[in-house]
Amino acid sequence: MEPDDLVMDAKGWAWLAYATAHCAADPAAIGALFPTAGRACGREPVSGRPEWSVDQEVRVRLMLALPLTGAGLGAAVFDLYRYGDAAERVAVLRGLARLDAERALGDAGLPIVHDALRTNDARLITAAVGPYAAAHLDDDAYRQAVLKCAFTGVPLTRVAGLARRADRELIRMLTDYTHERRVAGRDIAPDIVHVVEQNGHL
Amino acid sequence: MRIFDPHVHMSSRTTDDYEAMRAAGVRAVVEPAFWLGQPRTSVGSFTDYFDALLGWEPYRAAQFGVRHHCTIALNPKEANDPRCRGVLELLPRYLAKDGVVAVGEVGYDAMTPAEDEVFRVQLGLAAEHGLPVLVHTPHRDKAAGTRRSLDVVRESGLPPERVLVDHLNELTVAMVKDAGSWMGFSVYPDTKMDERRMVALLKEYGTDRILVNSAADWGRSDPLKTYKVGLAMLEAGFSAGDVDTVLWRNPVAFYAQSGRLELDDAAPEAEYAGNTIKRGG
Repeated sequence: MEPDDLVMDAKGWAWLAYATAHCAADPAAIGALFPTAGRACGREPVSGRPEWSVDQEVRVRLMLALPLTGAGLGAAVFDLYRYGDAAERVAVLRGLARLDAERALGDAGLPIVHDALRTNDARLITAAVGPYAAAHLDDDAYRQAVLKCAFTGVPLTRVAGLARRADRELIRMLTDYTHERRVAGRDIAPDIVHVVEQNGHL
Repeated sequence: MRIFDPHVHMSSRTTDDYEAMRAAGVRAVVEPAFWLGQPRTSVGSFTDYFDALLGWEPYRAAQFGVRHHCTIALNPKEANDPRCRGVLELLPRYLAKDGVVAVGEVGYDAMTPAEDEVFRVQLGLAAEHGLPVLVHTPHRDKAAGTRRSLDVVRESGLPPERVLVDHLNELTVAMVKDAGSWMGFSVYPDTKMDERRMVALLKEYGTDRILVNSAADWGRSDPLKTYKVGLAMLEAGFSAGDVDTVLWRNPVAFYAQSGRLELDDAAPEAEYAGNTIKRGG
C-alpha cells in the first residue's frame, strides 16, 4: 500500500508520526500505542482496499516502524497479539504478510496464526488465512485451516492460496465434509461445492 | 422499551439468555470484571478472562444484536490473595482498550488493608486513563462499607459524577445521592433489591442518576430483571420517558464519560446474521 492511499485528518497524521517515531526509538512503546490507534486515527474504510480500515493500516505501520526483524520481530508482535483485543489481533494477523515481505519475519509469525486458528472467532480465523498463512503453514495445518473455515462459516473465497495449495488430501476432506452434511440433511455452502468441483482432477 | 443493562456477567450466561434479553429490548450491556465463583490463583487466569471480555464475549453478544462493553479491574475479593496482586501491573495494558468503559468492579468485600490498597491504586489508574469507576459495595456490613467507599473516593480526588456506586438498597442510597455519585441497584430473585422495592425507591428519590441492573451471573439471578423493573414502573404510573431515563439514558450518560461507548450499530454483523455460535472444533 502506498502511503497516500491512507486518508486521515491532520490530528491522525500527527499521531501516526509521533507514534511511529516512538516505536522506532523504543520497541516497548508500542504496547501502549497499539490499542489507542482506532481512537486516535479513526476506523473508516480505506478507499480502494476492501475489508481494510484506517486503524488496521495505522497498526500495521506501527509494527513496521519497530527496529526489529525476524525472530525478534515475531516475539514483539506475538506480545501485541497476546494482549490485544479482537481488533488489535485482526490487525496483527493481517499485517503478517507485510512484515514478512518488508521485515524478514519468516516463520516467526506462525505461533500467532496457530493461535488464531484455535479460536472460534470468525473474524480472527478470516484474518489468519491470508497470504502469510498460505506461504508458511505446512500442509497439515493448511488443510485444517481450510476445514476450520468450512465449519465456522468463513467463505473459502477468503482463504489465500487455495488454487495453489489445494491437494488431493484436502479435497478428500472437503468431500467427506459435504457428504456428512448431506447425510444430516443440511445445506452445503456453494463456495465449498465450488472448490470440490474445481479440484476434481486431483 | 430500550434497555441498557449496566452490570451483567454474560460470560456466565447462555445464548438463550442473549435471545431472551434482545427480545425484551436489551440492546447494550456492560460486563464488569469480577470473580468467578471459583477463586483464581494466578495472573494468567485473569488475563485470559480479560481477553474473553474484550474478544469472545462481545463477538457472542453481537450475534444476538447486543452491544457489549466491559469494565476491567482486580476485584476486592481476589485482591486479598497475594498470588493475584500482579494483575495490577498488567491493568494499564487493558485499561487502554476500546471496549473498556470503566474501571471496575473495585471497592470492598471484607474491608481488609489489602482491599484498601488495591482500591486506592485502581482509583488512581482510573484518573490516569480518563475512565469512570464502578464501585461494588459489600454484602456484609453494607452501610459501613458504602460509607468507607465514598470516603476513599473523596480522598482520591475523582469527581463524584465519574463514580457509580452499585448494589445499593434503602439504607445506603441517601449517602450516595448526597455525595453526588450515580446510584446503582441490582435486582435479584431473592437477595439485593426486588422490582416492588425498586419502584418505591424511584418514587421517593426520582429517576435522576439512578441505574438498574440485573447483575446476572452464575448464581441465582435473572437477566430480564431490568425489563421487569420497566414493567413495574409502568404499572406504578411512571411514564415511558421515565423508564427510558432509568433503563437507557442514565447508563448511557454514565459510561459515555469514558469517550469509548459505541452504540451506533447494535445489529448483528451482517456476514454472520442469523447464525448461532459456530462449533467448528
